[in-house]
Amino acid sequence: MTLVTTEMTDQAVAKAPAAKAVALPVAAGERELRLDLFRGMALWLIFIDHLPPNILTWFTIRNYGFSDATEIFIFISGYTAAFVYSRAMLDRGFVVASARIFKRVWQIYVAHVFLFTIYLAEISYIATRFENPLYAEEMGILDFLKQPDVTIVQALLLKFRPVNMDVLPLYIVLMIFLPGIIWLMQRKADLALSLSVLLYALTWQFDWYLPAYPNGFWAFNPFAWQLLFVFGAWCALGGAKRMARILSSRITLWLCIGYLVFAFCVTLTWHVPQLNIFMPRWLESWMYPINKTDLDVLRFVHFLALAAITVRVLPKDWPGLRSPWLRPVIRCGQHSLEIFCLGVFLAFAGHFVLAEVSGGAWMHFLVSVAGIVIMSAAAWLFSWYKSEIGKGDKRAKSADADADLAGGGS
Amino acid sequence: MRALLVAGLFASVLMAAPARAEDGPGCTVPAYLLTTESPLPKVANAIKTKKRLDILVVGSGSSALPGSDGANMSYPARLESALREALAGVTVNVRTDLRPKKTAAEAAQGFGQMIDKLPADQKPDLVIWQTGTVDAIRAVDPDDFRAALDSGVEALQKAGPDVLLMNLQYNPRMETMLSVGPYIDTIRVVAQQHEVPIFDRFSIMRHWSDAGDFDLFGSAHGYGMAKRVHDCIGRSLAAMVVEASRINPAELRIQR
Repeated sequence: MTLVTTEMTDQAVAKAPAAKAVALPVAAGERELRLDLFRGMALWLIFIDHLPPNILTWFTIRNYGFSDATEIFIFISGYTAAFVYSRAMLDRGFVVASARIFKRVWQIYVAHVFLFTIYLAEISYIATRFENPLYAEEMGILDFLKQPDVTIVQALLLKFRPVNMDVLPLYIVLMIFLPGIIWLMQRKADLALSLSVLLYALTWQFDWYLPAYPNGFWAFNPFAWQLLFVFGAWCALGGAKRMARILSSRITLWLCIGYLVFAFCVTLTWHVPQLNIFMPRWLESWMYPINKTDLDVLRFVHFLALAAITVRVLPKDWPGLRSPWLRPVIRCGQHSLEIFCLGVFLAFAGHFVLAEVSGGAWMHFLVSVAGIVIMSAAAWLFSWYKSEIGKGDKRAKSADADADLAGGGS
Repeated sequence: MRALLVAGLFASVLMAAPARAEDGPGCTVPAYLLTTESPLPKVANAIKTKKRLDILVVGSGSSALPGSDGANMSYPARLESALREALAGVTVNVRTDLRPKKTAAEAAQGFGQMIDKLPADQKPDLVIWQTGTVDAIRAVDPDDFRAALDSGVEALQKAGPDVLLMNLQYNPRMETMLSVGPYIDTIRVVAQQHEVPIFDRFSIMRHWSDAGDFDLFGSAHGYGMAKRVHDCIGRSLAAMVVEASRINPAELRIQR
């Protein structure tokens, strides 16, 4: 990405028809609905992926390629956070903007601890109620309940993170470094991105990681995943505009399509093992395992290809973005922190319902749909509350709208 | 007369129904889950020339069942009886060497010695290595897990026998707690690299769960279901061993 030059002129923007669609960021006060749309969609997909497999699982993108909803979520989070707080930094200065970012970090931290409490309640219940000789060995994972003193402290230190609760700690770490990222990016954007790529490369070279409790490592390695976050920030602060010509070129399109087709064929061999004979051995040994912890290059490129095609196919002023059918998704994307937490909670609750009430394909389907309806209803409630508060207090509105764009109330 | 015939037919259906149920639970496995590109030449040789097959199951806690009759009901014992049934005229012995709560790395350390120490008449023709569960519980780094599998499989192959890898159990109830994906992927990769067959216990159990053969999700489980699951695993495993040895069991009967 650092190869992108700054030579593009305004004429080129005018000439390239697709460039308009790519020209971000938006003018002050105007929302970029595409970001909300895709973040909302990512939240729905993350929720579905956290549930046991059912029919809806086949609609999640991880079944059709290397990357999944996490990439979308982190990229858009980097994009919107940089967009909102860089404006704050220009208006109010480095210190005030940093303070606001840290306030946000605190909110995410509290949300994470809240979710951990719910998780603890769920598994304590299972530990006392679930007795199956078939799974005697697997129950060993609940041993940590025997020493809550250590476990809870490790959870507060973000070192003990149960399954499905890895995204928020990653988000917290990334946000802590956001003031520095924005500061540098406002001065030397390409340098910031280059440093990010360098850190990513060094992480792969020297196998850097953050330790977790009781052993192991962070499931999303922040040293690697920062690349997506910083890349999102870079795009928000003018990078997308400069890439417009590359994005609108025909060669890029075909490269992206080619790569997506390749990824699709590879994923097909995971679902239909009979097809595995068509996979060359050398390709397998070179490619596998595709590392999610360290954001494998294959995954990153897959996300880039998806994003490049999306901005091309879906223009910013696409009328569908205003359609009432898409409003639930967009609203979810506008309140991403709340809806993300709700989604994790609903996934726990869904597991619980399936285990205690009944299983069955229809029940799985029903739980997934009910979860999405609840998420949409909650997002509607948050929007309603915000607009009512906004009516009462016009002065607070502009700051509020900013926080809104960054994915949640302040 | 016709009424009597209908009644007779009806009665025979009624009598046949429970008889079919006693045949065992309907736990069929799709063929693709039991076919493998990697053969078991030493097993084939043992069956054809020695008329004697020694198998050693190395694993952790999920290869056993608790209780006084647990050893007879767990899948290694079921594998033995299923193989004896399938391979007429061949003496089949399945022994176990279980290391509960041991990761792949801890288990693999003693593999070379373990086989050397066995008396000559117990040297296995096939080692079935069930692994991954403890590593998933302890969240071992998948890279380390892979290295442990590599060294373990190499040590076993060097000591002589064929190797077959078995992965984790499917456990829908604990999906929110146990992240099994990376370990299953790693086992598949290592099996492919060393060209050893893999018994995909996870996918097979998931298939049974999806097909409604077993309710692995619900909380009301008894010892009975655990026994039936192990019985099904043992029989499927036997089918896979026969398939991978490329032996036609019918020919064994003809030769006799």
